[in-house]
Amino acid sequence: MNQPPGFLAHYEGDSVAVAVGDVAAGPAQCGYLRGPDAVDLEVLQDIPLGHKVALVDIKKGEDVREYGARTAVASADIRKGEYVHVHNVRSARWQNSTA
Amino acid sequence: MAEQHGLTGYRRENGTVGIRNHTVILPVDDLSNAAAEAVAQVVPGTLALPHAYGRLQFGEDLELFFRTLIGTGRNPNVGSVVVIGIEPNWTNRIVEGIAKTGKPVEGLAIEGVGDLRTIERASRIAQRFLQADSERARERVERGEIMMSIKCGESDTTSGLGSCPTTAEAVDRWVDAGGTVLFGETSELTGGEHLIADRCVNDEVRGRFQGIYDDYLAMIERTGANLLGSQPTQGNIAGGLSTIEEKAMGNVAKTGSKPVVGALGPAEEPESGPGLYFMDSSSAAAECITLMAAGGAAIHLFPTGQGNVIGNPIEPVIKLTANPSTAANMGEHMDYDCSGLLRREITLPQAGDGLMDVIDRTVNGRLTCAESLGHREFVLTRLYQSA
Repeated sequence: MNQPPGFLAHYEGDSVAVAVGDVAAGPAQCGYLRGPDAVDLEVLQDIPLGHKVALVDIKKGEDVREYGARTAVASADIRKGEYVHVHNVRSARWQNSTA
Repeated sequence: MAEQHGLTGYRRENGTVGIRNHTVILPVDDLSNAAAEAVAQVVPGTLALPHAYGRLQFGEDLELFFRTLIGTGRNPNVGSVVVIGIEPNWTNRIVEGIAKTGKPVEGLAIEGVGDLRTIERASRIAQRFLQADSERARERVERGEIMMSIKCGESDTTSGLGSCPTTAEAVDRWVDAGGTVLFGETSELTGGEHLIADRCVNDEVRGRFQGIYDDYLAMIERTGANLLGSQPTQGNIAGGLSTIEEKAMGNVAKTGSKPVVGALGPAEEPESGPGLYFMDSSSAAAECITLMAAGGAAIHLFPTGQGNVIGNPIEPVIKLTANPSTAANMGEHMDYDCSGLLRREITLPQAGDGLMDVIDRTVNGRLTCAESLGHREFVLTRLYQSA
């Protein structure tokens, strides 16, 4: 708790977490709003404030989980520590959604 | 649990519990605003609620108009009401709707009398009501007797991570204590409406919720707008939001984890027991809170990211933020700063404890930021244009 973590996730089992500041590639920590203690994470790319990192490997077509719920589907294979955004996830519900 | 304050409030004639004790001067229509505001000047301490509508409305829009004004008068934060309208028929309909609560209410019509005589008569009634209200004593009340409402605004990524989950802590605790909580913002649920449908307590409630949502989508489509195709917006994407359902989760996150026990039309009072209710409502802050207050809510929680300044004349609005810049730069509008969550200085249950403390103090009479700065946004929702 003394070192503010670079990322926050909502629930254990979420596959992505949100950067609470601009995070540079390299070692970082991810805390949880509800659930387990902070975990260490090797971040593969720079990730800006408010954007997301993968906490686990996510295969193309698999659900992306945040807030303890499905919030997207992977549109490409995503490695743990990789930047997650519209280039590798899309809406699970609407084909005509921008993302 | 938060440390238990002894809560006090005003138990009304029909058993509902308020946390404020307003003597309201309620104009029926735009034409009666001048007289209503004059009465509030002659009898300081009363509260006039001027608004822009009330003439030549018809059909469902007119029904919503009556429900909103009657519900405002029925709200347990209101001790008594003087209703002033241009003509007697609609004035009496509102008086009769409020009178069913048993609280003191009288109506006056301006037609054939004029503003000045109406102001004098109304002021004499208002003075009597104000003095009677001043003798109503606060008494010990339970948390579960106080109806809460929630709605967020000026959201950003700190809302989904901080102020909305903190609000959810309070919502879950309120429902656990036997209380009732209203949430709404039909448009902002888009992308997460299936999650609300899943939480509906039975098929009847689920069907009613889904019907309200489908009607809303159909209304948007009739305007030719493509809501789904434009969501999330370019600004959302620049801020880190990737999908419409992720955006909706930030909104849904503040509703907590309890089952949805009812789906209400705008300004409808919950009638099937305590719990978490959805209310069909605009996502515009002043409209939404006006509808929820008309549904009977006595205290409102408003999580914000970039900083909103909203208040309501009869329902105290508690604003909270997890954005440290907003907490620093707009401190006079923020009742609770939970930005420590993002720095991991406090846990979510601790943030919930802090919010509950502010809620309890506000129930007991602490003025909110909005109350102390005179924010009294009272805005009626219109369904379509007047005749």
